[in-house]
Amino acid sequence: MFEYAPAPESRDVVDIKPSYQLFIGGEWVDSEGDNRNKTINPASEEVLAEVAWATEADVDRAVGAARKAFGTWSAMPGSERAKYLFRIARIIQERSRELAVLESLDNGKPIRESRDVDLPLVAAHFFYYAGWADKLGYAGYGPDPRPLGVAGQVIPWNFPLLMLAWKIAPALACGNTVVLKPAETTPLTALLFAEICRQADLPPGVVNIVTGAGETGAALVNHPGVDKVAFTGSTEVGRLIARSVAGSGKKVTLELGGKAANIVFDDAALDQAVEGVVNGIFFNQGHVCCAGSRLLVQESVADELLGALKRRLATLRLGDPLDKNTDIGAINSAAQLAKIRELSDLGEAEGAERWSPVCPLPDRGFWFPPTIFTGVAQSHRIAREEVFGPVLSVLTFRTPAEAVEKANNTPFGLSAGVWTEKGSRILWMADRLRAGVVWANTFNRFDPASPFGGYKESGYGREGGRHGLEAYLDV
Amino acid sequence: MTASLADVASSNVALRNFLHGLPGVDRVGADQRAAMLGTRSIKTTAKAWAIDLAIRMVDLTTLEGADTPGKVRAMCAKAVRPDPNDPSVPKVAAVCVYPDLVAQAVGALGGSGVKVASVATAFPSGRSSLDVKVAETAFAVAAGADEIDMVIDRGAFLSGDYLKVFEEIAAVKAACDRVGDASRGAAHLKVILETGELATYDNVRRASWLAMLAGADFVKTSTGKVQPAATLPVTLVMLEAVRDFLSATGRKVGVKPAGGIRTTKDAIKMLVLVNETVGDGWLDPDWFRLGASSVLNDLLMQRQKMATGRYAGPDYFTLD
Repeated sequence: MFEYAPAPESRDVVDIKPSYQLFIGGEWVDSEGDNRNKTINPASEEVLAEVAWATEADVDRAVGAARKAFGTWSAMPGSERAKYLFRIARIIQERSRELAVLESLDNGKPIRESRDVDLPLVAAHFFYYAGWADKLGYAGYGPDPRPLGVAGQVIPWNFPLLMLAWKIAPALACGNTVVLKPAETTPLTALLFAEICRQADLPPGVVNIVTGAGETGAALVNHPGVDKVAFTGSTEVGRLIARSVAGSGKKVTLELGGKAANIVFDDAALDQAVEGVVNGIFFNQGHVCCAGSRLLVQESVADELLGALKRRLATLRLGDPLDKNTDIGAINSAAQLAKIRELSDLGEAEGAERWSPVCPLPDRGFWFPPTIFTGVAQSHRIAREEVFGPVLSVLTFRTPAEAVEKANNTPFGLSAGVWTEKGSRILWMADRLRAGVVWANTFNRFDPASPFGGYKESGYGREGGRHGLEAYLDV
Repeated sequence: MTASLADVASSNVALRNFLHGLPGVDRVGADQRAAMLGTRSIKTTAKAWAIDLAIRMVDLTTLEGADTPGKVRAMCAKAVRPDPNDPSVPKVAAVCVYPDLVAQAVGALGGSGVKVASVATAFPSGRSSLDVKVAETAFAVAAGADEIDMVIDRGAFLSGDYLKVFEEIAAVKAACDRVGDASRGAAHLKVILETGELATYDNVRRASWLAMLAGADFVKTSTGKVQPAATLPVTLVMLEAVRDFLSATGRKVGVKPAGGIRTTKDAIKMLVLVNETVGDGWLDPDWFRLGASSVLNDLLMQRQKMATGRYAGPDYFTLD
């Protein structure tokens, strides 16, 4: 037996303070309220730090600071704003090990992913939008498009720093100032990013970070001084936000849930399709809005593919997120674990067949084994609702038309995957799939130059690429 | 072999239909998977274990025009006792030489247990007649070779004449039989695909199946004379092929990446690939070999470093 010895990444590279304040107007300030929140390591339930819980008054201060900074920041030539963004991007690269370790500690994701996926993408996003800052007149939105003002941004816990980058980089490039609220379970990398803003000498108030939970987010979204609301998270909260900002004149982009179909045809490169299915649903413990949570496999290869998939799942390594050989880390919170368990139990109760590889789970922390459900019907709730965990529903189809029909038969429409060696079929499918992203012979591939966003209940607006600028320009 | 697979070599058309009916290999995906496995971090006890296994899997090779009996004897001594100062270092799996030096190697290795492998069939290009290839194989086998590393006719493969390749492999396999010496079994046949010349991963998968169908005991990536040689993704595709062949036919075939494996890191990456693609069953010198020469000293150096905590200079490891 080739047993890999533990290969833990050192956590000494990060310096976590026992307690964090709010980052407003370029300074660390105390909250006006007394509420504090503990953020824990979901792999061990160890308390990492205490963070402030921003009140309405704190949010008001932050919006005020952003408003004050907006004048000079928006008047600054794009080439000057670009310098700050390039500087931030370089500092992120220089401190990427520290950020990756902190992300894995606070979120529970494997260090291999935070190191090889999250951090490179975060830096790439800042580099990409830094490049746009002085070229906005060539983006297709008129010769001199203007920024919107103050952006209120609320981000989720699944890719804390990457979602921050998706929000802050285009906003700043376009000349807006921001108030960002990280998720309550994963605030630490955003707070370290605040330090990076100071290190980059970013003018005070251009970026403000307020930590807190739902009420803080609501205060930010509803604040009359906010000109633009950007939210990534659940469809449920997205609905609330859409309702509350309706008629306010605020510009809104929402990036919400998904139930993506990963469609495997019988002429697919099977070994790579298996990898794609694994990467589609088990990447980041399935905490991915565009996760390929529904596998649609052509009946003629279903047994073969499932056999190969199960064999492959048996090699996944679940455990300590800081171990460099870990493939599956911890579920981010007790609440999320409860939700995954509930929906999985429901899947069994509805008659689908549940399977997991032999997979011992650690005693402490929040864990869920990689799980697949076979014999799933379109009408089962595990085929319709977003589980947001390492749970794959397997359905079959007979013809390309049936694959399209089933793939589109969902209230969501964020992403889809097509696996076939036949190029013409890829194009035919991409034309018909109602999803913001269609991946061909790959899955969960991201690039700052590529727009990302959903159809239907997956939200509106696009992030990334030239398209992502529109959300932060007055056009 | 199942009845349906026995028929696939009945004609070139049947063979072509079968090989082209195998699932394709997506290059981007295969490269990504190999690269991901390359990030595995093998430390401490796992590394020590892997180093010893890698040493036991080495086919210590010399394939130069300048090879002499003296050079081969020296290499054989090293194969049996890689580190003269440390008897705990295991023997390598085999030495690999040209056919005319097989007798020298057999004499030098004696009953040490280290196998003698010989390249054959107009190595490395394979450009000669079938008679010559068979005669060369028989010559090496008669001289005492335990293993024959043949090359396929890449020209025939690329021109679509799969049946010619199949029949050549089958003929060489037959020549591996040790006629009149019942005390020793037939020589094991390793079939070199020269993946650097096949260019596509689809071709690598097809050539692997072709070789296995024709009777290969091992499939081997490269001669070492063509670049690229034993890359991780090519080895991955070949491992997938032997895994699928076992489940289709019940016959297990070995894999030998050769060429370009220079460091302990390279070797350990190969072992990780084996571990996570085909598993334990192939983590044995009987089923997986590393064709290389320079890697051995790096393995010895890392082994000593693990034992003593210090690196010794290159002069502390023998050059043979």
